[in-house]
Amino acid sequence: MKEKLILVGNGMAGMRALEELLKIAPDKYDITVFGAEPHGNYNRIMLSPVLSGEMPFEDTLLNDRQWYEDNGITLHAGDPVEHLDRVGRQVKTAGGLSADYDVLLLATGSTPFIIPVPGHELQGVIGFRDIKDVDDMLEASRDYKKAVVIGGGLLGLEAANGLLKQGMEVSVVHIGDTLMERQLDKVAGKLLKDSLEERGLNFLMEAQTEVLIGDERVKAVRFKDGSEVEADLVVMAVGIRPNFSLAKEAGLHCERGIVVSDTMQTFDPKIYAVGECVQHRGNTYGLVAPLFEQAKVCANHLAHMGIAFYQGSITSTKLKVTGIDLFSAGDFVGDETTEELVFQDASRGVYKKLVLKENRVVGSVLYGDTIDGTWYFQLLRDGTDVTDFRENMLFGQHHLGDSGHGEADQLALLPDSTEICGCNGVCKGDITSAIKQHGLFTLDEVKLHTKAAASCGSCTGLVESLLASTVGGDYESAPSKKPMCGCTDFTHDEVRTGVKENELKSIPDLMKFMNWNTSDGCSKCRPALNYYMICAWPGEYDDDYQSRFINERVHANIQKDGTYSVVPRMFGGVTSSKELRAIADVADKFNIPEVKVTGGQRIDLFGVTKEQLPEVWADLNAAGMISGHAYGKSLRTVKTCVGSNWCRFGTQDSTGLGISIEHITWGSWTPHKYKIAVSGCPRNCAEATIKDFGIVCIDSGYELHIGGNGGIKVRATDLLCKVETEQEAKDYCAAFMQFYREEAHYLERTAPWIERVGLTYVKEKIVEDNEGRAALVERFHESQKYAQVDPWAERVAGKDEHEFKPLQFVPTQKAS
Amino acid sequence: MSNKQWLEVGVVEDIPRLGARVVKIESGDIAVFRTSEDKIFALRDKCPHKGGPLSQGIVQGENVACPLHDWKIKLVSGEATAPDEGCTASYPVKVEDGNVYLSLTATGA
Ligand SMILES: Cc1cc2nc3c(=O)[nH]c(=O)nc-3n(C[C@H](O)[C@H](O)[C@H](O)COP(=O)(O)OP(=O)(O)OC[C@H]3O[C@@H](n4cnc5c(N)ncnc54)[C@H](O)[C@@H]3O)c2cc1C
Ligand code: SF4
Ligand code: SF4
Ligand code: FES
Repeated sequence: MKEKLILVGNGMAGMRALEELLKIAPDKYDITVFGAEPHGNYNRIMLSPVLSGEMPFEDTLLNDRQWYEDNGITLHAGDPVEHLDRVGRQVKTAGGLSADYDVLLLATGSTPFIIPVPGHELQGVIGFRDIKDVDDMLEASRDYKKAVVIGGGLLGLEAANGLLKQGMEVSVVHIGDTLMERQLDKVAGKLLKDSLEERGLNFLMEAQTEVLIGDERVKAVRFKDGSEVEADLVVMAVGIRPNFSLAKEAGLHCERGIVVSDTMQTFDPKIYAVGECVQHRGNTYGLVAPLFEQAKVCANHLAHMGIAFYQGSITSTKLKVTGIDLFSAGDFVGDETTEELVFQDASRGVYKKLVLKENRVVGSVLYGDTIDGTWYFQLLRDGTDVTDFRENMLFGQHHLGDSGHGEADQLALLPDSTEICGCNGVCKGDITSAIKQHGLFTLDEVKLHTKAAASCGSCTGLVESLLASTVGGDYESAPSKKPMCGCTDFTHDEVRTGVKENELKSIPDLMKFMNWNTSDGCSKCRPALNYYMICAWPGEYDDDYQSRFINERVHANIQKDGTYSVVPRMFGGVTSSKELRAIADVADKFNIPEVKVTGGQRIDLFGVTKEQLPEVWADLNAAGMISGHAYGKSLRTVKTCVGSNWCRFGTQDSTGLGISIEHITWGSWTPHKYKIAVSGCPRNCAEATIKDFGIVCIDSGYELHIGGNGGIKVRATDLLCKVETEQEAKDYCAAFMQFYREEAHYLERTAPWIERVGLTYVKEKIVEDNEGRAALVERFHESQKYAQVDPWAERVAGKDEHEFKPLQFVPTQKAS
Repeated sequence: MSNKQWLEVGVVEDIPRLGARVVKIESGDIAVFRTSEDKIFALRDKCPHKGGPLSQGIVQGENVACPLHDWKIKLVSGEATAPDEGCTASYPVKVEDGNVYLSLTATGA
C-alpha cells in the first residue's frame, strides 16, 4: 500500500510542490487535495489581467480537473478543511468528509487584511485575493460607478487599474506619501503616481480611513480629517495575513506563519508546509518565486531524497499595469555605508537607481526602462564585484564592452513580430503567448516550449524580461542557485568542487555520489561532466566519448544535411604549397563539393560523408597536417598578421609568435571554443581585440587582451596587462587559458565568464599573483602532455572504427 | 505482413553502449541504439524535426537527443517528447544469443 499524502490548499505553492514531487517520485504516494475554492489550481497572479479584461479566467487555469484525474489525484474542490487531528492523522472538512494521512502538506496561503473600521462588514467592501473577489468587482462595475481602493501598494494599484479599465471612477487611498513605498523610493513613486494620474486614477495621499458609511451597501468613506468620498465599492488592499488558523488550532507551532525548517518541515515531522502561510527563518513571503523554491525543496523531502535545503530568498518586484515599466529589488533605500548611482531623464520618463555597497549591487529601482532589471538582479544575487564597469552600468548590459548594438528598444514597446531569439527564430509574440497559454514561470519552461534562449543563450536576458513583464511580479528569474540541468540540484560550481574534493574520477561515480536523479544524465550534463573530469584529472581520466557531442566524437563538424566539414590545422594561419597541393588532391579525390576559407584563416572542406572521414584524414596526415579542432570546445585557431616580417608597421614577429603559441595550445579542451590572435601593431589586422586571448605587439613589448567575442554579441577585450618578452606573453597565455579551463562553467565563453566573475578577480589571479600564475602555467603544460594527440591520426590508425562504418548494408530488397 | 522477416544485422557488442550504429538500406538509414542497460532499439535515422541523424545523438535513458537541435526522441516509439511534437518510424528488433535482428516493417509513422 502506498503512503497517503494529503494537500490542504489547492493553490500555487501547494500544487507546485505536488508537480515537483510527481516529476521525481511519480508513484510514491496516494494523493488527495482539498481546496476551499471550487476550481482547479489557477494562476492567482493573473487575476489582475482578468480584472482589467485583458485575459479570460480560463486562461489562468494551471491544473484543470482533467489534470488531477490524469495524475491519479483525488480533488475535493470547494470543501475547506476545518479540523486537523494530528494524533489520529486525520483531516475533516466543512462538508463532513474525513480522510487519513501518513504525510500532510499545508499550503493554505493567506487572506487579505480587512481594516476593522466601523462599516467594514457592509456590502460592497471586499479584498482582492481570489476569483470570487474579481467576479464581485466585475459585477459592481456593471451596476455602480464609484470605486475606492484602500492601499497604494502593488495589489491596490493593480486593482485600481483594473476597475478603471472596467469604466469605474477610481480613487486610491494611501496612508503614506509614496506609492508602493515598500518597493519604490520617493522619486520613482512620484513618477508612477504622475503616470497613473494621467491615465485617470485619482489619489488621496496621507489619508487615514476612519469609517465606512452606508446602510446595507457602502456609500462613502470618511477619513480622520473629516473629509469624505463617495464609494459604491471599497477594495481593501492593505496587506495580507498568512492563513494558519487550521495549523494553530491543531497545536502546531506558529508565529507570524507556520514555522518551518530549511526542509519545509513543521514542528510535527509528519506535516510539511509551503507558501504564504509559512514563516521561514523569521520571514514570510508574498510572491511566487520564493514559494516555488520552497515547493521544490519540499518535494525533494517528500520523495525522501533529502538533499535540498531552502535558505530564504531575495525577491524582486514588477508592477503588472500594461504600459508601466517598473522594477525593484533588494535594499533600494540604502544607508551611510552605501553609495547610489542614479540616472534620470525626465522627458523620457526614465529613472534608474542602483544602490552599491563595497562595489556590489544591493538594491535597485528602475522606472520607465526596466530592460536591465534582470541583469541587475543577477548581479545582486551573485554578489558580483562591479568595480570594472560601474561607470557604465546604468546604461545597461549592452553598453559593457564595445558591443556596437546600440540602444535596445524598450521591450514592452516592441511589436510582437520582433525576433527575440535569432538562433531559433522565435518572436516576441511566440514567447508571450506561450507563457500565457501554458502558464510558464521559469526560463527553462520557456526554453522547452519555444526554444527561445535554448541555443546560444545570448537572448536569455530578453527572455527573462519578457517573462517578468508577462507574468509580472516575481517569477523565478534568477533562482539563487541555478542547477546544472534537470538531472541534479547542484550548480556547476558545486559539481566542479565535488569532483575535486571527493576525487570523483568517472561520470557514473559522480552521478552516484551526487545523487543524480537520472541514470544516464542528459545531453546537457554529460558533456559538461566529461569536460570537468578531463580538466580535473589529466592523464588519469578516460574520455567518455558517448558523452561528447557528435562533432567532438567524430572530430568534424556536422552540417545540416548530415555530412561533415573538415578543417586541417594551419599553425598561425600559415600554409605552404605542399599543404595546399595535398588539400587540392583530397578535394579532387573525394569529390568534395565546397572548399572555403574560414574567418580564422583556415581552409574548410565541406560535404564529406562520415564514412569518408578516416580516408580524408589519412591523406591530410600524410602531408603533415593534423586536426584543426574546428569542431570542438577547444582551442580553435591562432590568427596572425604578417607583422615585422613583411609589414612596414610591424613592431614584432607576430606570425612567429602566433605559430609558437598555437604549438603550445593546440589540442587543449576548454569550457567553450577558444580563439587567439596576434597582431603586429596596434592597427590590429588580426582582430586580436575580439578574441578570447589577443596579443597586440607594440614597440616596447606585448599588450595582452582577454575576454573578446566576435559572435552574436560583439564584445571587445579587456586589457589584462603589458609584458616585455615573448616568453612572458606565452606564459600569460597559458596561465589565463588554464584559469579559464578550471573556473568557467561548461559552455560559458570567456566574455560572459569575465563579466560574471569580474576583471579584477582575473587580474588578481593572473597578474598580481606570480606564484599562482606559475602554478597555472605548470598545470596547463601538464595537461597538454595528454591532450596533444592528433585525433585524426588516432582514428586513421583504427580508434573508434565502428563510428565510421555502418553496422550493415542491406542490399536492395523488394518492399514487404 | 504477419510473418515478419527478421534480418540479422550484427551482435550487441557491435553497438557502443549509450550509442548507435547505422544500417544502410535503400529507402534510408536505420539507426540501431543500445542503452546503458543493453536494450536495443531501431528508428529511422531521421529526426521528425528537420531530419537530423538521430544515430549521432546522445542516448539518455530510453531517449536520444538529436544532434541538430536537441529534441528528445523516444527510442521505443520514435515520438518526440513533449512539448515537441512529431514522430519518426520505429522498427521491431529482437536479440537472440547476442545477435541483433531487425525487421524492416516499420511500426511508427
Ligand atoms: C491579484 C493578485 C496579484 C498578484 N500578483 C503577483 C505578482 O505579480 N507576482 C507574484 O510573485 N505574486 C503575485 N501575487 C501573489 C501570489 O499570487 C501568491 O504569492 C501565491 O498565490 C501564494 O501561493 P499559496 O499557494 O501560498 O497561496 P494561494 O495561492 O492563495 O493558495 C492557497 C489556497 O488554499 C486554500 N485554502 C486555504 N485554507 C484552506 C483550508 N482550510 N482548506 C482547504 N483549502 C484552503 C485557499 O482557498 C487557496 O485556494 C498576486 C496575488 C494576487 C491576489
Ligand atoms: S555559419 Fe555561423 S553565421 Fe553562418 S549561418 Fe551558420 S551559425 Fe550563422
Ligand atoms: S597589425 Fe600592424 S603589423 Fe600587423 S599587418 Fe596590420 S599594420 Fe601590419
Ligand atoms: S533536426 Fe532533430 S532536433 Fe532539429
